Amino acid sequence: MTQTRSMLLNVGPSHPAMHGVIRMIMELDGEKIKGVDIEMGYLHRAFEKMCETVMYTQCFPYTDRLNYVSPLINNVGFALTVEKLLGIDIPERAKYIRVIMSEISRVTDHLTCVGASAMELGAMSVFLYMIKAREFLWELVEEITGARLTISYVRIGGVKADLTKGFADKAFGKIADVRKVLIEADELLSRNRIFIDRMKNIGKISAEDAIAYGVTGPFLRATGVAYDVRKSNPYLIYDKLDFEVPVGSTGDNLDRYFVRMAEMEQSLRIIEQCFQQIPDGPIAGDLSGVVIPAAQMVDRAKMGQTEDLIEDEVNLDPTLQGSTRKYHDAINANKKDVVLPAKENTYGNIEGLMNHFKLVMYGHGIKPPIGEVYFPVEGANGELGFYIVSDGRDHPWRVRVHPPCFPIMAALPKCLIGDMMADLVPTFGSVNMIAGELDR
Amino acid sequence: MSFLSSPTNFFTSKLNDALGWARKFSIFQYPFVTACCGMEYMATNCSHYDQDRFGAGFPRFSPRQSDVLFVVGTISHKMAPVLKTVHDQMCDPKWVVAFGVCTCTGGFYDNYSTVMGIDTIIPVDIYIPGCPPRPENVLDGLMKLQDKIQKGEQSRTLYDPRTKIGRPAELAQGYTIEGHIKHIESVS
Amino acid sequence: MKPLQRVQEQFSADIIETHAFRGDETAIIRPSSLLAIAKFLKETPELDFNFLMDLTAVDYLFYAGGRIQKEFRFEVVYHFFSLKHNHRIRLKVPVDEKSPEVDTLCNLWASANWYEREVWDMYGIKFKGHPDLRRILMYEEFVGHALRKDYPVNKRQPLIGPQN
Repeated sequence: MTQTRSMLLNVGPSHPAMHGVIRMIMELDGEKIKGVDIEMGYLHRAFEKMCETVMYTQCFPYTDRLNYVSPLINNVGFALTVEKLLGIDIPERAKYIRVIMSEISRVTDHLTCVGASAMELGAMSVFLYMIKAREFLWELVEEITGARLTISYVRIGGVKADLTKGFADKAFGKIADVRKVLIEADELLSRNRIFIDRMKNIGKISAEDAIAYGVTGPFLRATGVAYDVRKSNPYLIYDKLDFEVPVGSTGDNLDRYFVRMAEMEQSLRIIEQCFQQIPDGPIAGDLSGVVIPAAQMVDRAKMGQTEDLIEDEVNLDPTLQGSTRKYHDAINANKKDVVLPAKENTYGNIEGLMNHFKLVMYGHGIKPPIGEVYFPVEGANGELGFYIVSDGRDHPWRVRVHPPCFPIMAALPKCLIGDMMADLVPTFGSVNMIAGELDR
Repeated sequence: MSFLSSPTNFFTSKLNDALGWARKFSIFQYPFVTACCGMEYMATNCSHYDQDRFGAGFPRFSPRQSDVLFVVGTISHKMAPVLKTVHDQMCDPKWVVAFGVCTCTGGFYDNYSTVMGIDTIIPVDIYIPGCPPRPENVLDGLMKLQDKIQKGEQSRTLYDPRTKIGRPAELAQGYTIEGHIKHIESVS
Repeated sequence: MKPLQRVQEQFSADIIETHAFRGDETAIIRPSSLLAIAKFLKETPELDFNFLMDLTAVDYLFYAGGRIQKEFRFEVVYHFFSLKHNHRIRLKVPVDEKSPEVDTLCNLWASANWYEREVWDMYGIKFKGHPDLRRILMYEEFVGHALRKDYPVNKRQPLIGPQN
């Protein structure tokens, strides 16, 4: 008498073909996947609990590390939610800067996703090219924010620093470089027989299933549903920009790849339009004073020599470049109870110093009214929503992030069941799971 | 004592030098990538920074075939047993690199789910701080690791958060403070 | 007609309170009516909430430093979204501390499954009728529910290694 039993195979949490810590216990019938149990939580870092213990501004470093491939979008999402809670608006130029940085982040995210999933299918050179392109964009990010990856650039009521001089030209140059890489990668992958055979009709999901699981982003758009938060609920200045929402038709891995490739092109277009539309910032040298080191300014202010100090510009640490007084008002909301004063005011006069300490000292800080808000932005993987409950004090009472990966991972068994064991790798690569965001 | 009086010592020490030299340029690494630092790890491995120049370009995805464990990113308490298993599966001589501040000390995730430094679980040879460390910083750490491999040094101690001192890894199982004090007395 | 108005008309007896702070339409409803209202939200053509976008809970223990007393300790918060009409609504269900239990929405939206597991893991709120209520983020050996306000932020329960 023969007996047939299915085999249980454990994959992960530390697996070579899985860029992210997740464990899958698969029930196999030969090579066919009969069932999948997904175990997550291996990167649970208590984001939500940590946010309850710190002040609003101190949450930004934690949001960086949610989706660490596109940290700027997380920053923007959190800042917009707190701004909605406070009921404030920010200057036009800051909005454009936020959009530019978000879209750069979106491109880096898609580059990493496509590159890594191509590498797992054996296309190592595509991965190297795409990381090269990501490096170009990170150089831009580094020039503005002072950091490559975990940037904490956005502030409540504005951004940390203005764009540097000649940034637009540099960005156009880098965009051209990135486009070249994208064309190269497209030539290597899009008509590649091996790549198509492993991606086409693999990991399929229907639009109804995707909606039932609450999936958003490129994963949903690959099934043919054109839902994009930037179109349906245009935040910042997305209603003034001309871009398309690429959609697929079958919801398989190949569609997800094409949607991501098309989205990168759209994001590059958005960046170009932003540079054409962005309102002018201050021109360098429109102050009559001289540039002096910060310590000297503090010394003079302590001695009471403040008359001509008001004209001078302070020489700051390179990572704070672009945040001095002449840039400050164009990129920050005019709200003293939310936005830190320009550094010249902190160092040079007592009102600025008091304002600064009222915002950074424990027990003072930003105090939104009692209430609760939810605000969605389009993250690289889908709708990234923050839900914040305020109790009127300087700490958030509750910060909840709706991570786009979470519903995608819940829907992943739908994609996998019925496929072969080897199809796990391209399917998992194409969903772009980011453990930091999934487990928080 | 000069080498003339004991030629065997001379040869073994030179042999160790040669072995160390060979080992340090053929680092087979196991990337235990969990979090944000993995992005910088990718960047370090790719063409801009190119770890391969140091003979460390080829990740082996099996702990049994690798001799350097790169722990890249935060280790949570749920992940800790997995890390220990992977480390136990590696053959001696083995080295461990703590990549990023979360693996060094736990970083700013001082909460219920995060391990406060992987050196409480496995011995660590090289600490690369930074959140995440820049590729230049990683390469610096890699060069320090090569020095250590050349000398044939391996870390054998775990950090104990209660006594704030290191203790031998062999004592990690069934550890008590009294036993630890006895151990210190016996050594000193 | 706004979705909140429509729900108010239909279920006036089951709604405890409504507000629209910063434009987010919110209804606090009685736990017993959750399934009926959810079904209504999903199946009424002019509402058509086909997305359960988010499901979470809030712990109101010592809310605002104890100055504001809430009748019930927990609230389970649902965010719904309609793709067709592009509108959103938030439902909140108060949950008692002694018997934290609400009905599951797994049969209406598949996405509820994992969200409810997360709320069970983090807050210890049970979902009646859930097919597979296990911990999702923490490990099974973990004692307590981490996001409750009375769980200390750095109380660790390591599986291996020193008890720091």
